[in-house]
Amino acid sequence: MSNGASGAEAHSRTTAVALSDVNITFRLADSGSYTAVEGASLEVADGEFVAIVGPTGCGKSTLLNVTAGLFPPSQGRVDIFGANLAGLNRQSGYLFQSEALFPWKTALENVAIGLETAGTPQSEARARAQDWLTRVGLGHFGPRYPHMLSGGQRKRVGLAQVLIRDPKILLMDEPFGPLDAQTRQIMGNLLLDLWSADRKAVMFVTHDLEEAIALSDRVVIMSAGPAARIIGDWRVPLTRPRDTAEVKLDPEFHRLHRDIWQTLKAEVMKGYEQTGGG
Amino acid sequence: MTRGRLLSLQFLIAVITLLAWHLATTVPIGGVTLLPPFFFSNPVDVAARIFKWFAEGTIWKHLWVTLIEAMLAFVIGSVAGVLIGFWFAQQPRVAAVFDPYVKAINALPRVVLAPIFTLWFGLGIWSKVALGVTLVFFIVFFNVYQGVKEVSPTVLANARMLGMNDRQLMRHVYWPSALSWMFSSLHTSVGFAVVGAVVGEYLGSAAGLGYIIQQAEGVFDVAGVFAGMFVLAAFVIAIDWLVTLTENRLLVWRPVAAETRTQA
Ligand SMILES: Nc1ncnc2c1ncn2[C@@H]1O[C@H](COP(=O)(O)OP(=O)(O)OP(=O)(O)O)[C@@H](O)[C@H]1O
Ligand SMILES: [Mg+2]
Repeated sequence: MSNGASGAEAHSRTTAVALSDVNITFRLADSGSYTAVEGASLEVADGEFVAIVGPTGCGKSTLLNVTAGLFPPSQGRVDIFGANLAGLNRQSGYLFQSEALFPWKTALENVAIGLETAGTPQSEARARAQDWLTRVGLGHFGPRYPHMLSGGQRKRVGLAQVLIRDPKILLMDEPFGPLDAQTRQIMGNLLLDLWSADRKAVMFVTHDLEEAIALSDRVVIMSAGPAARIIGDWRVPLTRPRDTAEVKLDPEFHRLHRDIWQTLKAEVMKGYEQTGGG
Repeated sequence: MTRGRLLSLQFLIAVITLLAWHLATTVPIGGVTLLPPFFFSNPVDVAARIFKWFAEGTIWKHLWVTLIEAMLAFVIGSVAGVLIGFWFAQQPRVAAVFDPYVKAINALPRVVLAPIFTLWFGLGIWSKVALGVTLVFFIVFFNVYQGVKEVSPTVLANARMLGMNDRQLMRHVYWPSALSWMFSSLHTSVGFAVVGAVVGEYLGSAAGLGYIIQQAEGVFDVAGVFAGMFVLAAFVIAIDWLVTLTENRLLVWRPVAAETRTQA
């Protein structure tokens, strides 16, 4: 595989996602309003893996929702491969932060459904779904319903469900959030494996800075809300292919981590104060 | 508790109750019978009556009538409940307009409707079916409405991201969700279908379990009343058991259903 410096290549590639000056304001029930994101601009090149890190409640999920076209930004524009996004973003796959599998479908049916909706005959869709389940290490779990799977297994089914449609853009919202450290590492390596086969543009939200650096080409930091904005953008100069565990021993990794943490720490503290935690 | 132990304890309760009933109605204590047989009959007479009904075969006709009425009430009430529940959930404005009327009708005690239904539909089975429908409909309606409304927004967003159009959303998301809510109330709605039938029969009919009980009551035949009640109870338990079987087959994907299955 090619070594590192995907950042340098990124500029010569087409832009998969371009958010320009995006504002997102929610109207609240008490007739007030809350501006979650203000003036956020972000470009993700085709094939680029971008991690988005920020304090809790800053608007990471909101930003992904807008990129997915689930709702339009209050202001600003979203362009997908150069075309202004109106309605649902059909070129993207979205791995949601909370449970999104269909509880009344088996793992196999959950993975197959994304092909069936596109008109693939059921038998073929199921065969390919079985294939994908095997790829995420769940070959024998096809007949199980989501509640019979562990949290990590459900996330893997979710990953297969999204990837089987071969989207050009992959949106992932803390996909490994509730998992333990070891499982996260295994999942991280699995994700990098799958991703390196045909590099998609990825927007990967996480609250774990180490995970962000280990996986991505670029790390983007958001400020604490309200009116969160993007306050930092680092290229990750680590070589690929990577092992998410080994890469953490790299001195470059440590330098970068220290650098980014300086910026992030202040925001995390602010975020805590605003949400009344800490 | 093992299944055998549970069953024997449950059986024990029945034996003790019957024994107490028998003693209190037949054995005088200090010259006084605790429960006068005229008002409380006694287990032997009641058992004899039930045996006679089955031996002579007169009961089958009544069971059959009640079963048909309950089934019709259940099917018609469910279909109407599903259709209108879906419609209201998809059309919030329609739901808002009809809301006070739905609540008003649902708040009405159904017994008061029985005479009107008898006028409209006659003394045959249809007045009883109508009464059952008014009970079943609202349970199914509210559950389906809720089921469509309560689909997790994330699951819905996921469905849309996976390329579902409106028809596919209906089939793969709203419908299963509504069905699961409907099935979760299956015991209640089936139970109410039987209640509608029996109450309707009791208030005026020529056949059915409610009719038997009403007839016996009319001539102060307490043994007949008790016998009718026992047959009705057994009938309801049998139906409830069938519902449980159906439920376990249809709701395998739900945590609770699966757990009860492994226990059984
Ligand atoms: N529908 C909504 N109405 C009002 N406010 C909302 C709505 N959705 C999100 N918010 C607010 O917008 C802010 C950003 O929410 P978002 O879910 O994007 O945070 P996040 O960065 O993903 O947080 P976390 O890391 O905890 O998942 C939060 O303060 C939240 O309360
Ligand atoms: Mg979030």
